[in-house]
Amino acid sequence: MSQEYAIAVEELSKRYVIGHAVAHDTFRDRLGHGLRGLFRRTAPRNEEEFWALRDVSFHVRPGEVVGVIGRNGAGKSTLLKVLSRITEPTAGRARLHGRVASLLEVGTGFHPELTGRENIFLNGAILGMRRTEIRRKFDEIVAFAEVDRFIDTPVKRYSSGMYVRLAFAVAAHLEPEILIVDEVLAVGDAAFQDKCLGKMESIVRGQARTILFVSHNVSAITRLCSRCVLLDQGRLVADATPEAAVSAYLAAGQAHSTSGIDLSRTTPSAESPIRLLSVVFNGGAPLLNRRPLRIVLRLHAALPVEKFGLGIGFCHLDGRRVLTLESDYHNGFLRAPHAGEHTVAVEIPCLDLVPGRYRIDVGAFGGSRQNYHYAGDCAVAEVQPSPDTPAHVHGISGDWRPGLQWQLL
Amino acid sequence: MTVPPGSRAEPAPTVTLEPGRTEANYWRDLWHYRELLGFLAWRDVKVRYKQAVLGAAWAVIQPAVQTVLLWFVFGKLAKMPDGGMPYPLIVLSGLLPWLLFTGAFGGAGNSLVGNSHLISKVYFPRLVVPISALAVATVDFGVMLALALPVIIVLGGVVGWQLLLLPLFVLLTLVLALGAGLWITALTVKYRDFRFITPFLLQVGMFVTPVGYSTDFLPNWRDLLALNPLMGIINGMRWCLFAGRTDLHLPSVGLAVLLSALMLASGLWYFRQTERQFADVI
Repeated sequence: MSQEYAIAVEELSKRYVIGHAVAHDTFRDRLGHGLRGLFRRTAPRNEEEFWALRDVSFHVRPGEVVGVIGRNGAGKSTLLKVLSRITEPTAGRARLHGRVASLLEVGTGFHPELTGRENIFLNGAILGMRRTEIRRKFDEIVAFAEVDRFIDTPVKRYSSGMYVRLAFAVAAHLEPEILIVDEVLAVGDAAFQDKCLGKMESIVRGQARTILFVSHNVSAITRLCSRCVLLDQGRLVADATPEAAVSAYLAAGQAHSTSGIDLSRTTPSAESPIRLLSVVFNGGAPLLNRRPLRIVLRLHAALPVEKFGLGIGFCHLDGRRVLTLESDYHNGFLRAPHAGEHTVAVEIPCLDLVPGRYRIDVGAFGGSRQNYHYAGDCAVAEVQPSPDTPAHVHGISGDWRPGLQWQLL
Repeated sequence: MTVPPGSRAEPAPTVTLEPGRTEANYWRDLWHYRELLGFLAWRDVKVRYKQAVLGAAWAVIQPAVQTVLLWFVFGKLAKMPDGGMPYPLIVLSGLLPWLLFTGAFGGAGNSLVGNSHLISKVYFPRLVVPISALAVATVDFGVMLALALPVIIVLGGVVGWQLLLLPLFVLLTLVLALGAGLWITALTVKYRDFRFITPFLLQVGMFVTPVGYSTDFLPNWRDLLALNPLMGIINGMRWCLFAGRTDLHLPSVGLAVLLSALMLASGLWYFRQTERQFADVI
């Protein structure tokens, strides 16, 4: 390629206007404020500006593999959306030289009623492949996904593992010059994740392909990328080797440690009836090892919801999950009897997580475990030692250290 | 970069993303994404005929029941003149274009919200979505026509060269439906309550459109009804199906062409105006 850069991003900014009371305007509201607002792009009242990206600049040379890391809400997804042309920047400029394919989700456009074969063609076309190209790679895709026996079965009958394998297989066979990837490795079981990572590695090594890769999984970033940029609150704060960017990221995580998490800036999935508002640990007091942990979640229901569940995950700073709490694991599904705000509380009688810093994931899901609102990596919480913490617990491997009675029988 | 065999050796394109620049290559992009358009249309048709237990039978039952109902209301109760044609055929020939229009309009009108998962995850010219949504209604129409035509020919005893002009009126219906659908679908992205306006509009439309009756014998009302572009379309389709045994009211057909073109042009304009925000608000 003759161009010096495959991707050149110059002072890119993206502003969102977030409305507070309602997720979507209703036409009736507008009529109330007069029809003149209908054809103009003026902001109605009650709105707040929010810069998801602010003056971000960086360059990527052809063949480079660049990682993008940052906390939830740092602007990673917005950056990928702007570069994928899904949304327009508010200011600044980006130039892309070469055919671009972006992969913000595996299985975009998969239809449950269609068979595996039909979905390969549909999904391939959605990702920008030509019919002839899909036909040529068809066998390879089926073999990679290991679904050959079920290729003419509607995907609604697939297990979730098969579904994800097929979806990733289509995406993995894209052959663009620039590939933009968001967090797609966080799918499937461990063996398949490893296979995906391996496939990503062979894509990276095999051809002079430019890749922009977003992940929370810092070990995948250091394994695959030759460079890494770190975003924080919409700004680019580091552009360095993966190791340097990752350690800056981990250090930043420590500075943000908290007992109360505001989730109002994170977005629920489309059409979700439940929106998470906040999570508070111990009423804002520190989390103490060997002491009870009380978690209070506030959420907003757009309408009465018969069945939903809530989950909280504690992860190591490198992204590995240590502890998962899910409401349906214990006492079935929760119910929001009316629209409006609800508060849900849960208590761990004794928090046996060893002292240290943990990244927090919070989620709400529906009766068939479909995602309602997922705020992955939304904060870092620190578990502090209490007087009951044995002095020798620091620095010992193992994360869950319950106090037990040992008996000689 | 090696070019894989089978793919076209296109020169590496350069894309510049700037505020207001996204649409620079819009129409070329739309052409480039024609395969996606085909795939989405194929998906909708396939899913429709797979999901419905009755499958293609659905395309028959719906017009059959409506024909009987409208025949009863307009033919038997209101005793509208039939001009020598069996009354059920007048109703059937009005229902075919009406169902084509409502299907295409409804499909295009719901298309963006129905495909919101695509809009927020992948780039393509958004026009692909409402255009591909016309396919289901068109296929349904084809099935209905294939079954209704023999009935009209046998019971009505009419067939003529006018039938060859039918595709032009089908095209006109789709143009009108797309134009109106573009307005509704773009408005629905921002104002979800437009979803409820569509069924209401169609309910009113059913009566101000000569579906269950013919305007040939209502000269006083015909000029007023002609302001509805569907009147010209239905008038034209009846004329094609009945081989000229009904009047072709040229002023209303002309007006239908004019209004449909206007609807499409304005729909495209509003769609393009709002398109760049779709992914942000959907």
